[in-house]
Amino acid sequence: MRTLNYAQAIREAHAQLLAADPRVFVIGQGLWSPWYAGGSLEDLDKDFGRARIVDSPVSENATTGLAVGAALSGMRPIVFHPRMDFMLLAMDPIVNQAANWSYLFGIGVPLVIRAVINRGGQQGAQHSQAVHAMFMHVPGLKVVMPATPYDAKGLLIAAVEDPDPVLYIDDRWLYAASAPVPKEMYRVPIGKAALRRAGSDVTLVGISWMASEAVTAAGRLAADGIDAEVVDLRSLKPWDQETVLASARKTGRVVVADSGWRTAGASAEIAATVSAEAFHELRAPVERVTLPDAPAPASQSEEQGYYPGFEEICAAARRAMGRPQSREAAA
Amino acid sequence: MIHDTEWLLDRWETMFLIRRTEETIAGMIEAGEVTCPCHLCIGQEAIAAGVCAALEPEDTIWGGHRSHGHYLAKGGSLEAMLAEILGKITGCSRGRGGSMHLLDPTRGILGTAPIVAATVPLAVGAGMAYRMRREPHVAVAFFGDGALEEGSVHESMNLAALYRLPVIFICENNLYSSHMHWSERRVADNLYRAGEFHSVPGERVDGNDVVAVFEAVRAARGREGPSFLECRTFRWRGHVGPSFDLDVGVQRKGELQEWLVKDPIRLIETQLIERGVKNLPERQAGIERALAAACAH
Repeated sequence: MRTLNYAQAIREAHAQLLAADPRVFVIGQGLWSPWYAGGSLEDLDKDFGRARIVDSPVSENATTGLAVGAALSGMRPIVFHPRMDFMLLAMDPIVNQAANWSYLFGIGVPLVIRAVINRGGQQGAQHSQAVHAMFMHVPGLKVVMPATPYDAKGLLIAAVEDPDPVLYIDDRWLYAASAPVPKEMYRVPIGKAALRRAGSDVTLVGISWMASEAVTAAGRLAADGIDAEVVDLRSLKPWDQETVLASARKTGRVVVADSGWRTAGASAEIAATVSAEAFHELRAPVERVTLPDAPAPASQSEEQGYYPGFEEICAAARRAMGRPQSREAAA
Repeated sequence: MIHDTEWLLDRWETMFLIRRTEETIAGMIEAGEVTCPCHLCIGQEAIAAGVCAALEPEDTIWGGHRSHGHYLAKGGSLEAMLAEILGKITGCSRGRGGSMHLLDPTRGILGTAPIVAATVPLAVGAGMAYRMRREPHVAVAFFGDGALEEGSVHESMNLAALYRLPVIFICENNLYSSHMHWSERRVADNLYRAGEFHSVPGERVDGNDVVAVFEAVRAARGREGPSFLECRTFRWRGHVGPSFDLDVGVQRKGELQEWLVKDPIRLIETQLIERGVKNLPERQAGIERALAAACAH
């Protein structure tokens, strides 16, 4: 099978959706820019025309509201926010309107809100945030966070075809990752996690970028004789409790790794559920790897300490195993 | 233009139905039968009636917290609205919305929501859908004067102008946002110019004159792209609930007396009587019977 990187996979999903369904259109910022959001929207305006690929003024609230209204009027819009931080200006159409309409009125809002986590590179506190947990909190919204090129394509197609509003969150740190991606249209079911590695000692539950870090961590842990199972959550709401709990019951140890903040973060919800539902099978407290409860720094040296990765996941797994040091460090 | 008497009678009937429904709901609130928050539009009926008379069945309207009149004028079911206000499953939103969440897609009533200005960008989205599908419909956004203080209305007008969307922005200026007079919220009394900066043509009309509202909306509907109408009116009752002055205090009393004289229904009744219409009492009795039947439903 040919390989695509994550950005190309997103681009291909858009192209196939636009070709397959005249109701699909994209509106948001940066759609005609030469950077095309990291290549994830490359030349879509040229291929499908600027009437369907609508680069908008910086009006996050109204463009998102427009997308809600268009979805209620028979279209299948994708509203695009190239940085999640700016999407906070659209809280009303997302939280009050899109999320509520189905309950209130019994009519679906087939809307995809695509938001990008775009951090690092000294971008500072308002260009770096990963606020997915805020939206996980809201009844009526679905939230997906693909970590692989395969899921990036399949989840976007599933999201656009879903009758309910779906927040699709991708991470620029994943854009260069390459993997085999089928050419045809396919769907990755919303609400289903993926088992990335089978193991018996500890379960690593990863979200988005941290799912790929968890795979790396599992490799390092194996060298230490720790057999880690890796669950890539893929969907944050609904999240796949069945898969996570089955793994937790099997290994008895769980590390949740998320690229968001700690307090009331996605990891808190998963840790609470695992602690409540698998309490008697747990052999150690649930560990969490998250950002510290602090705004994103701008300086490079501080960024290095701010963003956790596979090393922090390994350390958390070792704590859960009661082996706080790696063999290498102990030697 | 001169409208024939039957046409005027239809407008009167819509306004009278809205008035009596709102008065009935006010009575039900006072009697403790209705307990959800209701924002009554008594005094503002000519705007809903005039706007909706200029629309086609497939045109859509989008409203806010004070939308009973919009819903009825666009042809929404009286029974389903009353049931909704009473929280019944037979309500237009299956009892899940209450007074502030009314919907009937079969009548082009696409939804009302009480977050101020929230449905304005949604109406623009409907306009976007019509333009993309090359359909001849228009979307109407109803909002109050307070909504002009929300940024999203300005964003919405810019988008509607930029994409040449068939959207009519109807600002029902009843001079008050909740308890606050416009002069406590703005320096200038110039809302009809709100669209100017965004290239949305605007006009001020007498919101108590159903014919004037109708003519303005019909002209807007015939124009390409969006329009903005400031319809001047007055809310007789408080911001929420049945009372005349409870939440606004005594400052509104003098103003209310002036506006009671400009009663939009009295205005059209006078015209009808001048034209020799003699059966208004019979028609009133018919509406009262329909209302009583809906209440007993």
